[in-house]
Amino acid sequence: MELLVLVIVVVMLCSAVAVLLLKDFLAALAAFSVVSLGLSVLFVILRAPDVAMTEAAIGAGLSSLLFALALRRLGLWRLKGQT
Amino acid sequence: MRRLSSALFLLGLGLLIAAIFQTMEFGSVAPIAGQAINAVAAEQVGAANFVTSVVLAYRGFDTLLELTILFTAATAGGLVLGKPGTGAPRDPDSGFILRAGADLFFPLLLVVGLYIILHGHLTPGGGFQGGVILASAFFIPILARPGTTMDHRWVSMIEGLAGAGFILIGLLAMLGGKEFLTPLLDKGELGALLSAGSLPLLYIAVGLKVGAELAGLLARLSETEAID
Repeated sequence: MELLVLVIVVVMLCSAVAVLLLKDFLAALAAFSVVSLGLSVLFVILRAPDVAMTEAAIGAGLSSLLFALALRRLGLWRLKGQT
Repeated sequence: MRRLSSALFLLGLGLLIAAIFQTMEFGSVAPIAGQAINAVAAEQVGAANFVTSVVLAYRGFDTLLELTILFTAATAGGLVLGKPGTGAPRDPDSGFILRAGADLFFPLLLVVGLYIILHGHLTPGGGFQGGVILASAFFIPILARPGTTMDHRWVSMIEGLAGAGFILIGLLAMLGGKEFLTPLLDKGELGALLSAGSLPLLYIAVGLKVGAELAGLLARLSETEAID
């Protein structure tokens, strides 16, 4: 159990640092949602399934979608084949 | 100067977390209020999921304010985003796989979202989580077919009716001489689908409101033109 928590925390820390370092905005967004996903697994281990569901649905799912749409609108994420 | 203040902030944060870890072991249950609620919640509220009995019965007013915050945020988002301009460039058409996948996912997500909302008083989950899943269920077809729009009148109608329903259930308790948002109706058997009095009704209202709000916000965000 301790080892699992340690692995999750290390993954979360690494992806949190990756958010700062990555040049590609979409890749940074993916790393950001990994932090939320790790946090939701951590909540399950701490026996808080309600909070874990909220974190997985809102933190990893909805807020990533919101950020992606905002990137699209701001022109920071361009689709291929579009001028 | 900025570096110094950042370092000071980090030092303070580290000290704070270290102090918390000194007094509280990782994963241990510290607060006494939780144990007190665990002891009486099943009898007083009748919901098998004690989190729900806290969210909707003991702290129902907080949930109403939470909904208000979400409503304000969604309204502000709609206000800032405004209407899409005519002749705005559209996203390119998506492929067959994405469209078929969206068609496949829509009923699945709908069922999962409704299940989580309706079983909010029995199993983990509830109006907020199920509402978010409902919102994504209605948003995925829009993602797969750029150019389709959502009827915002219907969305805001559902949202308004659900919010009004939540407050109305709260006011009905006041008619009986109780306090605002006191759970009504028969508690029923602990763990049955029709139990916990008016809590499932409240969660249905919360789920519909959250789902409609977030779906409307996402649709509005994707309808406005992208800058290329």
